[in-house]
Amino acid sequence: MEVLRHDIIIVGGGAAGLRAAIAAVEADPGISVAMVSKVYPMRSHTVSAEGGAAAVARDDDSIEMHGYDTVKGSDFLGDQDVIQYFAEEAPKELTLLEHWGCPWSRNPDGTVATRAFGGMTTKRTWYATDKVGFHLLHSLFQHSMQFPQIVRYDENFVTKLLVEDGAVRGVAALDIREGVMRAIVGRSVILATGGAGRCFPFTTNGNIKTGDGMSLAYRAGVPLKDMEFLQYHPTGLPGTGILITEATRGEGGRLFNAKGERFLENSDYGVGSKLELGPRDMIARAIYQEIQAGNGIPGPYGKVVHLDLTHLGKELLESRLPFVLELCRTYVHVDPVTQPIPIRPVAHYMMGGVDTNIDGATDLPGLYAAGEVASVSLNGANRLGSNSLTECLVFGARAGRKAVEFAKGSSEGNQASLGAQAEEEAARIDAIRGKQKGGEKICQVRHEMAHAMEEGCGVYRDQESMKLGLADLLKAKGRYSDIALEDSSKIFNTEIIAYLELGNMLDVAEAMSLAALERKESRGAHACSDFPDRNDQDYLHHSLVHFEPGGPRVGKKAVTLGRWEPEARKY
Amino acid sequence: MSISIEKHKKTFVVTRFDPDKDEVPKTQTYEVPCQDDWKVLDALNFIKDEIDPTLSYRWSCRMEVCGSCGMSVNGEPKLTCKDPIKSYGDTIEVAPLANFPVVRDLVIEFDGFMEKFQSVKPWIIRAKEKAAEEGTYRQTPAELDEFKQFSMCINCMLCYAACPVVANEPEFLGPAAITLGHRYNSDSRDEGAAERNQVFRGEGTVFSCSYANECSEVCPKDVDPAAAVNQAKFNAVIDWATSLVLPRGSK
Repeated sequence: MEVLRHDIIIVGGGAAGLRAAIAAVEADPGISVAMVSKVYPMRSHTVSAEGGAAAVARDDDSIEMHGYDTVKGSDFLGDQDVIQYFAEEAPKELTLLEHWGCPWSRNPDGTVATRAFGGMTTKRTWYATDKVGFHLLHSLFQHSMQFPQIVRYDENFVTKLLVEDGAVRGVAALDIREGVMRAIVGRSVILATGGAGRCFPFTTNGNIKTGDGMSLAYRAGVPLKDMEFLQYHPTGLPGTGILITEATRGEGGRLFNAKGERFLENSDYGVGSKLELGPRDMIARAIYQEIQAGNGIPGPYGKVVHLDLTHLGKELLESRLPFVLELCRTYVHVDPVTQPIPIRPVAHYMMGGVDTNIDGATDLPGLYAAGEVASVSLNGANRLGSNSLTECLVFGARAGRKAVEFAKGSSEGNQASLGAQAEEEAARIDAIRGKQKGGEKICQVRHEMAHAMEEGCGVYRDQESMKLGLADLLKAKGRYSDIALEDSSKIFNTEIIAYLELGNMLDVAEAMSLAALERKESRGAHACSDFPDRNDQDYLHHSLVHFEPGGPRVGKKAVTLGRWEPEARKY
Repeated sequence: MSISIEKHKKTFVVTRFDPDKDEVPKTQTYEVPCQDDWKVLDALNFIKDEIDPTLSYRWSCRMEVCGSCGMSVNGEPKLTCKDPIKSYGDTIEVAPLANFPVVRDLVIEFDGFMEKFQSVKPWIIRAKEKAAEEGTYRQTPAELDEFKQFSMCINCMLCYAACPVVANEPEFLGPAAITLGHRYNSDSRDEGAAERNQVFRGEGTVFSCSYANECSEVCPKDVDPAAAVNQAKFNAVIDWATSLVLPRGSK
């Protein structure tokens, strides 16, 4: 067993992982960082983010306003110390990205331009047309290339965290190209693997978003927090689920139903005068209700509503939203310059994830997490659009610095015994590859899981649908070990990767379903039709799901309140 | 144009190669009931899920931005998540991108590309870095327009598969890497042009380009690498000529 040594190991090469790597090197230029990702960094799903990244930039804005908007958006389940720190650090992080080459769109005087976004009081979303994730990711990746301290292990899939004497000491990773397992050992590990949208049948997420880091941490004994809060983005393209950015509404886009009504004006969906600039949870529910009420527009993939940009004019659309034009023309054959875009709510982002504190540290010494994989409790029950790219930077950087501090104060693990652990893991992988017999197919179990999640963890839930969803999910989970694997080649074997990813998704899906069943109230994205009100007396706390040999256990954790007392969430 | 989800059977002839088992690549034929609105990638995913789980290829975002799924379709380099099946007849041939070594099936090896990419120093170079506390640089929309198009490259490498110079001279720095270097040279925040122009004046770089323009024709993001290469060539010459007249470091 080859054992490779570094100081810090980062799993994932998207915005959070890259920012953590750069921060680690900035904190200690003598440090050696391993960046282990199942894809090349520029393929990471950060690339698909479109609309922008939030940070106070204008004179009519303040850190307090960004903080309050985020607390209110979170339906008071965000930790207020975390939110305060986030709002304070955000301008600095986006400025650094500017120094590192990010092509932010500009005002005529050369300052950085900002646009409106849902739930934000003023224009504080920095943008680079509507390819912000793409530009941010490429800027970070290219900037990182000048640091020889960052050693990349591209297309290496981490299958296990190596834990010794109660601390994480490294990872076991499968080199996808060669088919060999290696131990990559170090003094601290940062998970930055993103979300798990692929648990759902209709999602904006790319194929790689399979909850790998969440499952790794969960199986190592770290609880998953606030997993019931799954964000449905209001505007996905029917069929594919491809994201149409909230920036369309930030720039003035309007939603219409089959009757031609701008329905956010006509009914009380909680968004008040914000209309299309209300927060995502409310807009997604409004669209869902319109369709349920028979006001949807029929299409080949079911009922939709219309997102209309035609009044904005060709010039604005081409300069601010060129990617939206491209995506609509390519994937639904609609030209938004002259035609409305068919859209429906789509599974998009997980507010929940690996439970961390404000440092990105988990309860397992040496293990950190940042970005969507983590639940640092910035987003609570509902994330505001354009806070997540900034979150990757702010908390990726902090996790990177804290992981360096931890590494300095800790000793190296025993290489022989870590190598032996990885050896055992390699034997497990070898026993699966192309050898597993059974009557099931990967795609069948995946489809059943996704169906169960749609059933139980939709835009609206109730106890009955959640119980049914969970039962179906457990059936799918029960069939997992009966999946036959046919590909025995070691070289770029994508079948075994898909199998391992499915295992990770089943863990995450179960945690989401269990946490959802426990929360008998409606808060943020968790909307129960049988418990329509928020219940602060019984549920103003985070949920935790613990992995235990006998089966998962659901617990809770206090919310850090502060200057903003919970109040009715009205816009 | 409205969307049709009717299904029609198409024949896919897919290149297969497993270095553990095969001496040379072979082809395998699959009959796929294709929905009218599918892209080539959707058909590959159908094959993978329903017919043959051993087929290997890369993909992720399926929205033409991650750059993973470049392949050769009927002999042309294509981003398969963007490439509509309707634009082809009854038989569609899918092969790995040309001009790269093959790892397996439709998966290419691009270590060389990553090295070229890094060799142009694709990061902002400044004599003195600005602190975050000093705020952002001023960059006017016109200054942004100088490089914006060249910053749109998704690294899908279709341009390398199309480039006749890369075909003959694998060491050629190539369209995407030159475009990236030129993108930073054209950025008003950057002061590293002299360093990158030195790279550009080396062997197998900008002056190897034969103006075939194939790169710009296949680019799925309209980056126009050929224009970038031309401009880079011109600037590298001007920079060299200027360095003869003026002492180093003055600009």
